[in-house]
Amino acid sequence: MAKVIEGLFYAESHEYVRVEGEYGYIGITDYAQSQLGNVVYVDMPEVDDEVTAGEEFGAVESVKAASDLFSPVSGTVVEINEALEEQPELVNADAFENWIIKVKLSDPSELDNLLDAKAYEAICE
Amino acid sequence: MEDKKTCLYDRHISLNAKMVPFGGFVMPLQYSDIADEHIAVRTACGVFDVSHMGEVLVTGPEAERFVQHIFTNDVAGAPVGKIFYGMMLHENGGTVDDLLVYKEADDRFFLVINAANIDKDYAWIVEQSKGFNVVTENQSEYYGQIAVQGPQSERVVEEVLGLPCAELVFYTFKKLEVAGETIIISRTGYTGEDGFEIYGSHDFTVAQWDKLIESGRVKPCGLGCRDTLRFEVGLPLYGDELTDELSPIEAGLGMFVKLDKEEFVGKEACAKQKAEGVTRKVVGIELEGRAIPRHGYEVVVGDEVVGTVTTGYNSISTGKSVCMALVKIEYAKLGTPVQVRIHRKLQPGVVVKKKFYEKSYKK
Repeated sequence: MAKVIEGLFYAESHEYVRVEGEYGYIGITDYAQSQLGNVVYVDMPEVDDEVTAGEEFGAVESVKAASDLFSPVSGTVVEINEALEEQPELVNADAFENWIIKVKLSDPSELDNLLDAKAYEAICE
Repeated sequence: MEDKKTCLYDRHISLNAKMVPFGGFVMPLQYSDIADEHIAVRTACGVFDVSHMGEVLVTGPEAERFVQHIFTNDVAGAPVGKIFYGMMLHENGGTVDDLLVYKEADDRFFLVINAANIDKDYAWIVEQSKGFNVVTENQSEYYGQIAVQGPQSERVVEEVLGLPCAELVFYTFKKLEVAGETIIISRTGYTGEDGFEIYGSHDFTVAQWDKLIESGRVKPCGLGCRDTLRFEVGLPLYGDELTDELSPIEAGLGMFVKLDKEEFVGKEACAKQKAEGVTRKVVGIELEGRAIPRHGYEVVVGDEVVGTVTTGYNSISTGKSVCMALVKIEYAKLGTPVQVRIHRKLQPGVVVKKKFYEKSYKK
Protein backbone atom coordinates (compact mmCIF):
# COMPACT_ATOMS: atom_id res chain seq x y z
CA MET A 1 0.00 0.00 0.00
CA ALA A 2 1.43 3.32 -1.03
CA LYS A 3 2.25 5.84 1.67
CA VAL A 4 0.42 9.18 1.89
CA ILE A 5 1.65 11.87 4.31
CA GLU A 6 -0.59 14.31 6.17
CA GLY A 7 0.08 18.02 5.78
CA LEU A 8 1.28 17.95 2.15
CA PHE A 9 -0.61 19.28 -0.85
CA TYR A 10 -1.25 16.80 -3.67
CA ALA A 11 -1.98 17.11 -7.39
CA GLU A 12 -4.13 14.61 -9.25
CA SER A 13 -1.13 14.05 -11.55
CA HIS A 14 0.64 12.52 -8.49
CA GLU A 15 3.04 15.28 -7.49
CA TYR A 16 3.16 16.74 -3.99
CA VAL A 17 4.20 20.09 -2.47
CA ARG A 18 5.59 20.38 1.01
CA VAL A 19 5.27 24.04 2.02
CA GLU A 20 7.85 25.70 4.27
CA GLY A 21 7.25 29.44 4.58
CA GLU A 22 7.28 30.97 1.13
CA TYR A 23 8.92 27.89 -0.42
CA GLY A 24 7.50 24.62 -1.70
CA TYR A 25 9.38 21.32 -2.13
CA ILE A 26 7.93 19.45 -5.12
CA GLY A 27 8.29 15.75 -5.79
CA ILE A 28 6.32 12.69 -6.86
CA THR A 29 4.22 10.67 -4.48
CA ASP A 30 4.98 7.22 -3.17
CA TYR A 31 2.07 5.93 -5.25
CA ALA A 32 3.61 7.48 -8.40
CA GLN A 33 7.03 5.91 -7.79
CA SER A 34 5.45 2.52 -7.15
CA GLN A 35 3.57 2.71 -10.46
CA LEU A 36 6.67 3.82 -12.39
CA GLY A 37 9.00 1.12 -11.16
CA ASN A 38 12.70 1.77 -10.86
CA VAL A 39 13.56 5.36 -11.70
CA VAL A 40 16.71 5.55 -13.83
CA TYR A 41 16.72 9.27 -14.68
CA VAL A 42 15.12 12.45 -13.41
CA ASP A 43 14.96 15.34 -15.84
CA MET A 44 14.98 18.59 -13.85
CA PRO A 45 14.72 22.29 -14.76
CA GLU A 46 17.50 24.72 -13.83
CA VAL A 47 17.68 27.12 -10.93
CA ASP A 48 15.90 30.40 -11.78
CA ASP A 49 13.57 28.67 -14.28
CA GLU A 50 9.91 29.56 -13.86
CA VAL A 51 7.37 26.79 -13.33
CA THR A 52 3.61 27.18 -13.83
CA ALA A 53 0.83 25.34 -12.05
CA GLY A 54 -0.42 22.46 -14.19
CA GLU A 55 2.46 22.70 -16.66
CA GLU A 56 5.29 20.31 -17.32
CA PHE A 57 8.63 21.04 -15.66
CA GLY A 58 10.59 17.82 -16.11
CA ALA A 59 10.26 14.05 -16.26
CA VAL A 60 10.92 10.92 -14.27
CA GLU A 61 12.03 7.99 -16.35
CA SER A 62 11.98 4.24 -15.92
CA VAL A 63 13.95 1.94 -18.23
CA LYS A 64 11.05 1.83 -20.66
CA ALA A 65 9.29 5.19 -20.47
CA ALA A 66 9.47 8.87 -19.59
CA SER A 67 6.64 10.34 -17.51
CA ASP A 68 6.22 14.09 -17.53
CA LEU A 69 6.23 15.98 -14.24
CA PHE A 70 3.58 18.68 -13.79
CA SER A 71 4.10 21.45 -11.30
CA PRO A 72 1.32 21.69 -8.72
CA VAL A 73 2.13 25.37 -8.15
CA SER A 74 3.69 28.37 -9.91
CA GLY A 75 6.97 29.92 -8.91
CA THR A 76 10.69 30.21 -9.43
CA VAL A 77 13.04 27.26 -9.03
CA VAL A 78 15.52 28.10 -6.27
CA GLU A 79 17.11 24.69 -5.87
CA ILE A 80 17.13 21.30 -7.57
CA ASN A 81 17.85 18.06 -5.76
CA GLU A 82 21.28 17.43 -7.22
CA ALA A 83 21.57 14.04 -5.48
CA LEU A 84 19.06 12.70 -8.01
CA GLU A 85 21.45 13.39 -10.88
CA GLU A 86 23.71 10.54 -9.78
CA GLN A 87 21.18 8.54 -7.73
CA PRO A 88 17.75 8.76 -9.36
CA GLU A 89 16.77 5.58 -7.49
CA LEU A 90 16.46 7.68 -4.30
CA VAL A 91 12.99 8.55 -5.58
CA ASN A 92 12.04 4.89 -5.18
CA ALA A 93 13.71 4.60 -1.80
CA ASP A 94 11.67 7.47 -0.31
CA ALA A 95 9.67 9.66 -2.67
CA PHE A 96 8.61 12.13 0.03
CA GLU A 97 12.10 12.60 1.46
CA ASN A 98 13.66 12.98 -1.97
CA TRP A 99 11.93 16.02 -3.40
CA ILE A 100 12.86 17.06 -6.94
CA ILE A 101 12.74 20.88 -6.99
CA LYS A 102 12.40 23.67 -4.43
CA VAL A 103 10.28 26.57 -5.65
CA LYS A 104 9.62 30.08 -4.36
CA LEU A 105 5.83 30.23 -4.57
CA SER A 106 4.51 33.11 -6.65
CA ASP A 107 0.86 32.55 -5.77
CA PRO A 108 0.25 30.63 -2.53
CA SER A 109 -3.53 30.76 -3.15
CA GLU A 110 -2.94 28.02 -5.80
CA LEU A 111 -2.50 25.61 -2.90
CA ASP A 112 -6.27 25.80 -2.40
CA ASN A 113 -6.71 23.98 -5.72
CA LEU A 114 -4.74 20.95 -4.52
CA LEU A 115 -5.86 17.85 -2.63
CA ASP A 116 -5.23 17.07 1.01
CA ALA A 117 -3.88 13.68 2.09
CA LYS A 118 -7.32 12.15 2.53
CA ALA A 119 -8.64 13.30 -0.84
CA TYR A 120 -5.43 12.16 -2.56
CA GLU A 121 -5.55 8.75 -0.92
CA ALA A 122 -9.05 8.34 -2.31
CA ILE A 123 -7.91 8.77 -5.94
CA CYS A 124 -5.11 6.24 -5.51
CA GLU A 125 -7.47 3.43 -4.63
CA MET B 1 -9.50 -5.94 -33.43
CA GLU B 2 -8.85 -7.51 -30.07
CA ASP B 3 -5.29 -8.46 -29.25
CA LYS B 4 -4.56 -12.18 -29.46
CA LYS B 5 -3.34 -14.22 -26.52
CA THR B 6 -0.48 -16.70 -26.75
CA CYS B 7 -0.77 -20.20 -25.29
CA LEU B 8 1.17 -18.94 -22.24
CA TYR B 9 -1.20 -16.07 -21.45
CA ASP B 10 -2.57 -17.70 -18.26
CA ARG B 11 0.97 -18.35 -17.05
CA HIS B 12 1.86 -14.68 -17.45
CA ILE B 13 -1.21 -13.61 -15.51
CA SER B 14 -0.47 -16.01 -12.67
CA LEU B 15 3.11 -14.66 -12.52
CA ASN B 16 1.64 -11.14 -12.18
CA ALA B 17 3.24 -9.95 -15.40
CA LYS B 18 2.54 -6.42 -16.56
CA MET B 19 0.79 -7.08 -19.88
CA VAL B 20 0.98 -4.75 -22.90
CA PRO B 21 -0.18 -4.86 -26.51
CA PHE B 22 2.58 -5.75 -28.97
CA GLY B 23 2.28 -6.75 -32.62
CA GLY B 24 -1.39 -7.67 -32.33
CA PHE B 25 -0.87 -9.75 -29.18
CA VAL B 26 -1.15 -9.02 -25.49
CA MET B 27 2.32 -9.85 -24.17
CA PRO B 28 4.26 -9.64 -20.90
CA LEU B 29 6.33 -6.43 -20.67
CA GLN B 30 7.95 -7.47 -17.41
CA TYR B 31 7.34 -9.85 -14.51
CA SER B 32 9.50 -8.18 -11.88
CA ASP B 33 11.82 -5.48 -13.11
CA ILE B 34 13.27 -4.96 -16.59
CA ALA B 35 16.81 -4.44 -15.29
CA ASP B 36 16.70 -7.59 -13.10
CA GLU B 37 15.42 -9.67 -16.01
CA HIS B 38 18.03 -8.15 -18.33
CA ILE B 39 20.85 -9.01 -15.91
CA ALA B 40 19.51 -12.56 -15.46
CA VAL B 41 19.91 -13.14 -19.20
CA ARG B 42 23.40 -11.60 -19.31
CA THR B 43 24.64 -13.59 -16.32
CA ALA B 44 22.50 -16.74 -15.92
CA CYS B 45 19.34 -17.77 -17.77
CA GLY B 46 15.98 -16.32 -18.73
CA VAL B 47 12.95 -17.62 -20.64
CA PHE B 48 10.80 -15.58 -22.99
CA ASP B 49 7.40 -16.35 -24.44
CA VAL B 50 7.90 -15.65 -28.14
CA SER B 51 4.82 -17.53 -29.31
CA HIS B 52 3.63 -14.37 -31.01
CA MET B 53 6.27 -14.83 -33.73
CA GLY B 54 4.95 -16.09 -37.06
CA GLU B 55 5.97 -19.24 -38.91
CA VAL B 56 5.57 -19.96 -42.62
CA LEU B 57 6.49 -23.28 -44.21
CA VAL B 58 7.59 -23.31 -47.85
CA THR B 59 7.70 -26.71 -49.57
CA GLY B 60 7.96 -27.99 -53.12
CA PRO B 61 10.45 -28.73 -55.88
CA GLU B 62 11.18 -25.03 -56.35
CA ALA B 63 11.30 -24.17 -52.64
CA GLU B 64 14.97 -23.18 -52.73
CA ARG B 65 14.62 -21.10 -55.88
CA PHE B 66 11.60 -19.37 -54.32
CA VAL B 67 13.35 -18.61 -51.03
CA GLN B 68 16.27 -17.23 -53.03
CA HIS B 69 13.76 -15.00 -54.85
CA ILE B 70 12.19 -13.47 -51.72
CA PHE B 71 15.16 -13.46 -49.31
CA THR B 72 18.27 -11.26 -49.25
CA ASN B 73 20.62 -13.86 -47.81
CA ASP B 74 21.97 -16.80 -49.85
CA VAL B 75 20.65 -20.25 -48.97
CA ALA B 76 21.87 -21.94 -52.16
CA GLY B 77 23.24 -25.41 -51.50
CA ALA B 78 23.21 -24.92 -47.73
CA PRO B 79 23.35 -27.99 -45.50
CA VAL B 80 20.15 -29.21 -43.87
CA GLY B 81 19.91 -27.78 -40.37
CA LYS B 82 21.39 -24.39 -41.20
CA ILE B 83 19.65 -21.11 -40.34
CA PHE B 84 20.00 -17.78 -42.13
CA TYR B 85 19.09 -14.26 -41.04
CA GLY B 86 18.02 -11.79 -43.71
CA MET B 87 15.19 -9.69 -45.09
CA MET B 88 12.32 -9.74 -47.54
CA LEU B 89 12.28 -6.51 -49.54
CA HIS B 90 10.02 -4.40 -51.66
CA GLU B 91 11.23 -3.64 -55.21
CA ASN B 92 12.36 -0.20 -53.97
CA GLY B 93 14.56 -1.77 -51.29
CA GLY B 94 12.23 -0.97 -48.35
CA THR B 95 11.95 -3.85 -45.91
CA VAL B 96 8.85 -6.06 -45.82
CA ASP B 97 10.27 -7.85 -42.76
CA ASP B 98 13.41 -9.33 -41.30
CA LEU B 99 13.31 -13.06 -40.66
CA LEU B 100 15.06 -16.34 -40.02
CA VAL B 101 15.07 -19.08 -42.66
CA TYR B 102 15.53 -22.67 -41.44
CA LYS B 103 16.60 -25.16 -44.10
CA GLU B 104 14.76 -28.40 -43.31
CA ALA B 105 15.44 -30.11 -46.65
CA ASP B 106 16.25 -29.15 -50.23
CA ASP B 107 12.51 -28.77 -50.82
CA ARG B 108 11.47 -27.49 -47.39
CA PHE B 109 12.19 -24.17 -45.67
CA PHE B 110 10.75 -22.81 -42.41
CA LEU B 111 10.45 -19.01 -42.18
CA VAL B 112 10.16 -17.21 -38.84
CA ILE B 113 8.67 -13.72 -39.12
CA ASN B 114 7.66 -10.86 -36.84
CA ALA B 115 4.28 -11.01 -35.09
CA ALA B 116 3.14 -7.57 -36.25
CA ASN B 117 3.86 -8.50 -39.86
CA ILE B 118 2.33 -11.97 -40.11
CA ASP B 119 -0.66 -10.98 -42.27
CA LYS B 120 1.32 -8.56 -44.41
CA ASP B 121 4.20 -11.00 -44.92
CA TYR B 122 2.06 -14.00 -45.71
CA ALA B 123 0.01 -12.07 -48.28
CA TRP B 124 3.27 -10.84 -49.82
CA ILE B 125 4.81 -14.33 -49.83
CA VAL B 126 1.72 -15.82 -51.49
CA GLU B 127 1.74 -13.06 -54.10
CA GLN B 128 5.43 -13.63 -54.83
CA SER B 129 4.94 -17.41 -55.07
CA LYS B 130 2.87 -17.16 -58.25
CA GLY B 131 4.72 -18.96 -61.01
CA PHE B 132 6.81 -21.01 -58.57
CA ASN B 133 6.12 -24.70 -57.98
CA VAL B 134 5.85 -24.31 -54.19
CA VAL B 135 3.27 -24.64 -51.45
CA THR B 136 3.22 -22.01 -48.70
CA GLU B 137 1.53 -22.58 -45.38
CA ASN B 138 1.05 -20.07 -42.57
CA GLN B 139 1.63 -22.18 -39.45
CA SER B 140 1.65 -19.27 -36.99
CA GLU B 141 -1.50 -20.43 -35.21
CA TYR B 142 -0.08 -23.90 -34.61
CA TYR B 143 3.28 -23.07 -33.10
CA GLY B 144 4.09 -21.89 -29.64
CA GLN B 145 7.67 -20.75 -29.08
CA ILE B 146 9.91 -20.08 -26.12
CA ALA B 147 13.40 -18.60 -26.10
CA VAL B 148 15.81 -19.78 -23.38
CA GLN B 149 18.65 -17.26 -23.27
CA GLY B 150 21.79 -16.68 -21.26
CA PRO B 151 25.13 -18.34 -20.47
CA GLN B 152 23.46 -21.19 -18.54
CA SER B 153 20.97 -21.99 -21.32
CA GLU B 154 22.68 -25.12 -22.59
CA ARG B 155 22.75 -26.77 -19.17
CA VAL B 156 19.19 -25.71 -18.41
CA VAL B 157 17.78 -27.02 -21.70
CA GLU B 158 19.62 -30.32 -21.31
CA GLU B 159 18.99 -30.86 -17.60
CA VAL B 160 15.58 -29.29 -17.02
CA LEU B 161 13.91 -29.94 -20.37
CA GLY B 162 15.88 -33.07 -21.25
CA LEU B 163 16.40 -31.83 -24.79
CA PRO B 164 19.84 -32.65 -26.19
CA CYS B 165 21.28 -29.41 -27.55
CA ALA B 166 24.97 -29.24 -26.64
CA GLU B 167 26.12 -30.28 -30.11
CA LEU B 168 24.07 -27.61 -31.88
CA VAL B 169 26.29 -24.82 -33.16
CA PHE B 170 25.20 -21.21 -33.49
CA TYR B 171 22.52 -20.69 -36.17
CA THR B 172 21.72 -24.37 -36.62
CA PHE B 173 18.70 -26.40 -35.57
CA LYS B 174 17.37 -29.91 -35.37
CA LYS B 175 14.01 -31.58 -35.14
CA LEU B 176 13.25 -33.88 -32.24
CA GLU B 177 10.44 -36.33 -31.61
CA VAL B 178 9.08 -35.51 -28.17
CA ALA B 179 5.81 -36.73 -26.63
CA GLY B 180 4.41 -37.77 -29.98
CA GLU B 181 5.18 -34.61 -31.88
CA THR B 182 8.00 -33.10 -33.87
CA ILE B 183 9.54 -30.05 -32.29
CA ILE B 184 12.25 -27.71 -33.52
CA ILE B 185 15.16 -26.50 -31.40
CA SER B 186 17.69 -23.97 -32.67
CA ARG B 187 20.72 -22.24 -31.23
CA THR B 188 19.48 -18.74 -31.92
CA GLY B 189 18.11 -15.74 -30.07
CA TYR B 190 17.67 -12.02 -29.87
CA THR B 191 19.69 -11.08 -26.81
CA GLY B 192 23.37 -11.29 -27.79
CA GLU B 193 23.81 -14.24 -25.43
CA ASP B 194 24.04 -17.96 -26.04
CA GLY B 195 20.60 -19.51 -26.14
CA PHE B 196 17.95 -21.64 -27.79
CA GLU B 197 14.59 -21.15 -29.41
CA ILE B 198 12.15 -24.03 -29.16
CA TYR B 199 9.07 -24.44 -31.40
CA GLY B 200 6.24 -26.89 -30.76
CA SER B 201 2.52 -27.25 -30.20
CA HIS B 202 0.78 -25.10 -27.62
CA ASP B 203 0.60 -28.02 -25.17
CA PHE B 204 4.28 -28.78 -25.59
CA THR B 205 5.20 -25.11 -25.16
CA VAL B 206 3.21 -24.73 -21.95
CA ALA B 207 4.75 -27.94 -20.55
CA GLN B 208 8.30 -26.68 -21.24
CA TRP B 209 7.51 -23.31 -19.69
CA ASP B 210 6.17 -24.95 -16.53
CA LYS B 211 9.26 -27.15 -16.19
CA LEU B 212 11.57 -24.15 -16.56
CA ILE B 213 9.72 -21.99 -14.05
CA GLU B 214 9.30 -24.82 -11.54
CA SER B 215 13.04 -25.60 -11.73
CA GLY B 216 13.78 -22.19 -10.21
CA ARG B 217 16.84 -21.97 -12.47
CA VAL B 218 15.29 -19.67 -15.05
CA LYS B 219 13.87 -16.19 -14.69
CA PRO B 220 10.73 -15.38 -16.69
CA CYS B 221 11.60 -12.42 -18.90
CA GLY B 222 9.31 -9.99 -20.71
CA LEU B 223 9.47 -7.97 -23.89
CA GLY B 224 10.89 -5.03 -21.92
CA CYS B 225 14.25 -6.69 -21.41
CA ARG B 226 14.04 -8.43 -24.78
CA ASP B 227 14.23 -4.93 -26.25
CA THR B 228 17.01 -3.65 -23.96
CA LEU B 229 19.05 -6.81 -24.60
CA ARG B 230 18.76 -6.78 -28.40
CA PHE B 231 19.36 -3.03 -28.46
CA GLU B 232 22.62 -3.22 -26.48
CA VAL B 233 24.16 -5.61 -29.00
CA GLY B 234 22.96 -3.55 -31.97
CA LEU B 235 20.28 -5.92 -33.29
CA PRO B 236 17.49 -4.20 -35.23
CA LEU B 237 13.79 -4.27 -34.36
CA TYR B 238 11.40 -4.17 -37.28
CA GLY B 239 9.44 -0.93 -36.95
CA ASP B 240 12.42 0.91 -35.43
CA GLU B 241 15.60 0.20 -37.44
CA LEU B 242 13.88 -1.52 -40.40
CA THR B 243 10.63 -0.39 -42.01
CA ASP B 244 8.74 -0.57 -45.30
CA GLU B 245 10.54 2.67 -46.19
CA LEU B 246 14.00 1.73 -44.95
CA SER B 247 16.37 -0.69 -46.68
CA PRO B 248 18.84 -3.02 -44.95
CA ILE B 249 21.66 -1.08 -46.64
CA GLU B 250 20.47 2.09 -44.92
CA ALA B 251 20.04 0.15 -41.68
CA GLY B 252 23.70 -0.89 -41.84
CA LEU B 253 22.76 -4.55 -42.39
CA GLY B 254 24.30 -4.90 -45.85
CA MET B 255 26.19 -8.03 -44.79
CA PHE B 256 22.87 -9.92 -44.93
CA VAL B 257 22.14 -8.70 -48.47
CA LYS B 258 23.97 -10.93 -50.93
CA LEU B 259 24.24 -8.84 -54.06
CA ASP B 260 26.24 -11.59 -55.79
CA LYS B 261 23.07 -13.71 -55.88
CA GLU B 262 21.46 -14.06 -59.29
CA GLU B 263 18.28 -12.26 -58.26
CA PHE B 264 15.92 -11.38 -55.42
CA VAL B 265 13.16 -8.86 -55.00
CA GLY B 266 14.76 -5.51 -54.17
CA LYS B 267 18.23 -6.46 -55.40
CA GLU B 268 18.47 -3.66 -57.98
CA ALA B 269 17.50 -1.01 -55.44
CA CYS B 270 20.06 -2.31 -52.94
CA ALA B 271 22.78 -2.58 -55.58
CA LYS B 272 22.11 1.03 -56.58
CA GLN B 273 22.25 2.20 -52.96
CA LYS B 274 25.51 0.36 -52.47
CA ALA B 275 27.06 1.70 -55.68
CA GLU B 276 25.88 5.30 -55.36
CA GLY B 277 25.87 5.49 -51.58
CA VAL B 278 22.89 5.98 -49.30
CA THR B 279 21.53 9.37 -48.23
CA ARG B 280 20.84 8.27 -44.65
CA LYS B 281 22.05 5.57 -42.31
CA VAL B 282 21.32 4.00 -38.93
CA VAL B 283 24.19 4.82 -36.54
CA GLY B 284 24.92 4.55 -32.84
CA ILE B 285 25.11 7.65 -30.64
CA GLU B 286 26.60 7.85 -27.16
CA LEU B 287 25.57 10.80 -25.01
CA GLU B 288 27.76 12.52 -22.44
CA GLY B 289 25.07 12.76 -19.77
CA ARG B 290 22.43 10.44 -18.36
CA ALA B 291 19.41 11.95 -20.15
CA ILE B 292 17.70 9.17 -22.08
CA PRO B 293 17.21 9.42 -25.86
CA ARG B 294 13.99 7.70 -26.95
CA HIS B 295 12.30 6.63 -30.18
CA GLY B 296 11.32 9.65 -32.26
CA TYR B 297 13.56 12.24 -30.58
CA GLU B 298 15.40 14.62 -32.92
CA VAL B 299 19.11 14.43 -33.70
CA VAL B 300 20.46 17.95 -34.18
CA VAL B 301 23.67 19.47 -35.54
CA GLY B 302 23.87 23.26 -35.31
CA ASP B 303 20.39 24.54 -36.20
CA GLU B 304 19.55 21.56 -38.38
CA VAL B 305 17.56 18.43 -37.54
CA VAL B 306 19.73 15.72 -39.13
CA GLY B 307 17.97 12.59 -37.96
CA THR B 308 15.70 10.75 -35.56
CA VAL B 309 16.30 8.32 -32.71
CA THR B 310 15.05 4.81 -33.57
CA THR B 311 15.72 3.13 -30.18
CA GLY B 312 17.42 4.49 -27.07
CA TYR B 313 18.03 3.60 -23.45
CA ASN B 314 20.24 4.18 -20.50
CA SER B 315 22.17 0.94 -21.12
CA ILE B 316 21.57 -1.49 -18.28
CA SER B 317 24.92 -3.19 -18.81
CA THR B 318 27.09 -0.07 -19.13
CA GLY B 319 25.06 2.72 -17.50
CA LYS B 320 25.61 4.97 -20.51
CA SER B 321 22.79 6.74 -22.35
CA VAL B 322 22.97 5.48 -25.92
CA CYS B 323 20.73 5.18 -28.95
CA MET B 324 20.44 4.05 -32.51
CA ALA B 325 19.36 6.82 -34.86
CA LEU B 326 18.64 7.30 -38.54
CA VAL B 327 20.76 10.27 -39.65
CA LYS B 328 21.71 12.04 -42.86
CA ILE B 329 24.78 10.39 -44.33
CA GLU B 330 26.92 13.54 -43.86
CA TYR B 331 26.63 12.99 -40.09
CA ALA B 332 27.00 9.20 -40.02
CA LYS B 333 30.79 9.07 -39.66
CA LEU B 334 32.16 7.65 -36.40
CA GLY B 335 33.23 10.44 -34.09
CA THR B 336 30.84 13.06 -35.51
CA PRO B 337 29.60 15.32 -32.71
CA VAL B 338 25.78 15.48 -32.63
CA GLN B 339 23.08 16.48 -30.15
CA VAL B 340 19.81 14.82 -29.23
CA ARG B 341 16.85 16.94 -28.19
CA ILE B 342 15.58 15.46 -24.92
CA HIS B 343 12.80 17.30 -23.05
CA ARG B 344 13.60 20.51 -25.00
CA LYS B 345 17.28 20.49 -24.03
CA LEU B 346 20.01 19.55 -26.47
CA GLN B 347 22.22 16.81 -25.06
CA PRO B 348 25.71 16.47 -26.56
CA GLY B 349 26.93 13.14 -27.88
CA VAL B 350 29.03 11.50 -30.54
CA VAL B 351 28.43 8.96 -33.33
CA VAL B 352 29.73 5.52 -32.32
CA LYS B 353 29.40 1.94 -33.55
CA LYS B 354 25.85 0.70 -33.03
CA LYS B 355 26.98 -2.01 -30.68
CA PHE B 356 27.01 -0.94 -27.06
CA TYR B 357 27.81 -4.30 -25.52
CA GLU B 358 29.84 -7.25 -26.82
CA LYS B 359 27.86 -10.31 -27.92
CA SER B 360 28.84 -13.62 -26.36
CA TYR B 361 27.56 -16.25 -28.73
CA LYS B 362 28.80 -19.81 -28.57
CA LYS B 363 30.01 -20.41 -32.10
